[in-house]
Amino acid sequence: MKAGPPFRLGLILLLAPIVLWLSLLVILPHIDMLLISLRVRVAPRVYETSLANYVEFFTEPLYWNTFARTAIMSVTATAMTLLIAFPVSYYIAKMLRGRTKNLLFLLCLVPFWVSELVRTFGWMILLRETGIVSNLLQWAGLTAGPVEMLYNDAAIMIGLVYTSLLFMVVPLVTTLDSLDDSLIEAGYDLGGNGFAVMRTIVVPHAMPGIASGCIVVFMLTLGNYLTPILLGGKDSLWFTDQIYTQFITRFNWELGSAFGFLLLVLSSIIVWIGLRLSGQTLSESVK
Amino acid sequence: MVSGAPANDVDLECRRLVKRFGGLAAVDDVSFTIAEGSFFSILGPSGCGKTTLLRMIAGFQYPDEGDILIKGRSIVSVPPNRRPVNMVFQHLALFPMMNVAENIAYGLKRRGTPRSEIAPKVQAVLERVGLPDSGPMRVDRLSGGQKQRIAIARCLVLDPALLLLDEPLGALDLKLRERLKVELKELQSQVGTTFAYITHDQSEALVMSDHVAVMNEGRFVQVGTPQELYFDPQTAFVAGFVGDSNRWTGRVEDADTTGVKVVTADDLSLLGAPAGAGGLARGDRVEIFVRPESIILGHDATRLGAVDNRVRGRVENILFDGANSRVMVRDGASGHEIMVTLPQTGEFAALSRGQEVHLGWTLAQAKCFPAGDDAARAGAA
Repeated sequence: MKAGPPFRLGLILLLAPIVLWLSLLVILPHIDMLLISLRVRVAPRVYETSLANYVEFFTEPLYWNTFARTAIMSVTATAMTLLIAFPVSYYIAKMLRGRTKNLLFLLCLVPFWVSELVRTFGWMILLRETGIVSNLLQWAGLTAGPVEMLYNDAAIMIGLVYTSLLFMVVPLVTTLDSLDDSLIEAGYDLGGNGFAVMRTIVVPHAMPGIASGCIVVFMLTLGNYLTPILLGGKDSLWFTDQIYTQFITRFNWELGSAFGFLLLVLSSIIVWIGLRLSGQTLSESVK
Repeated sequence: MVSGAPANDVDLECRRLVKRFGGLAAVDDVSFTIAEGSFFSILGPSGCGKTTLLRMIAGFQYPDEGDILIKGRSIVSVPPNRRPVNMVFQHLALFPMMNVAENIAYGLKRRGTPRSEIAPKVQAVLERVGLPDSGPMRVDRLSGGQKQRIAIARCLVLDPALLLLDEPLGALDLKLRERLKVELKELQSQVGTTFAYITHDQSEALVMSDHVAVMNEGRFVQVGTPQELYFDPQTAFVAGFVGDSNRWTGRVEDADTTGVKVVTADDLSLLGAPAGAGGLARGDRVEIFVRPESIILGHDATRLGAVDNRVRGRVENILFDGANSRVMVRDGASGHEIMVTLPQTGEFAALSRGQEVHLGWTLAQAKCFPAGDDAARAGAA
């Protein structure tokens, strides 16, 4: 008992920042948002508790269509990011040694020293009607007039994958790095070809990294606002844009809060399904 | 060498293998054959090129020169997954994402063995290595010795022409290593598969092998049975590396047909027998090796009998280790410390530090090799 009080004080001091951060910035606002989302304005400054905001989401096709579209696009972007990042990570982690390895890993990080806004503008400079790609195609005689490559789903997808790549490469390189080379060699030695070794040894080993990378990328993509708006324009139909509109343009905080809550719940369900399908657990994927 | 064996009894043949890393030859012109069903060890200090040699046979490294033949067929251009050779890795490399049975079934599945045949084969090999119930166990729940047996079972189930073992006992503790040495040898004689085993531990090589190749600086220094290596080393390196030895350097004072007379650097005059290739002449610099167990220990000079070399010294230290007990004796004249095996007769049980003892050994047991590095000697011979 004598050792109790000082130990407890130390523990409290150590936990204080995270507890304050969680309670003040995450839990409190969410409770408030939940309360706001559960009321409707019946007259100026008169509110009633009701589920009307949630009902509106499901009855108004625009809202849940936008949500479904955002979810599907995010899943697709996550899958594409994984497909691109896996070979890159494998090459960095397993094929390279020493300085080249560090250099290449660093080169993956370099673009992220620039803000997301600037990076997205970079894509706009490339893809817009008077942009570099359009001019190049005209100069080469491949198209007659200027081509608009912005403001469509492909542009959004490019931007999302590009923005997310790092968050997939880092966990993948880390897990693949921890794969003992002799396991790969044993895989070949016992008669496996490249595909079999990849499928039975490399991918199962990298599964926690794949899961954590996918969760991060999916959450970032789903909650991304800048990239879909800038590259997709007014018609991007991104769910975060709907939330923004409710809060800022229409000043309908009640519906905006309901949307915010739905985004949280639905994205959690999708992540849970993903984890169940891949046989992973959340605690394992953050190791 | 076993190169005289008929062609159909040879499992592996390496012809003048060379592998260079940045101009440095890790494996330098190595040729040897391994007879079918034998236990062949490659023994050498770390960095001698033995792992490179093994990895070339397994197919993970491509030789710069030379040829590797298995059962008479060249396999140099065959990728590792198609070679009839399997390897037990240094840290065993069991797949942690699979259980024991899946680990063993891995190779069979890759080979396209029908599903119905896999389970009985896995069970049979598990029984053969003495772990019949371990199939559903997770790999990380196995003990070191069990992992070792599963790693071997995983290869044996594929019925390889040759099993390569890359110091699989290196990571284990001494007690387990001693037991597994015996187990491995028994397993090999039971299954009859040819084993090629690399190690830096001379005791592992001597206990288990039918033939041992001693490797140094990319070359095979000597190939022979453990007995030949121990009792008849051909070079100073083998004499020093295999077994323990007392070692002197000196110059030949006189040489005749019966032996040589050598004066050591610390002025001890010894009689020895020339060993290895090439004779010794007056004035040659030599290294003399005398095994601690071939030295006779006595309380007085008369007890030694007819020996060619006699030394009187004081007991410096007693290294008691049961049957392997040794005495360190400081030679009174030269100050050289000599290691002597303590006889187990009980006669010396009361031996204590500082006591005077007499040592003696015959001419034949003092092997004299020309001094100098291996390469210079090979050039001269």
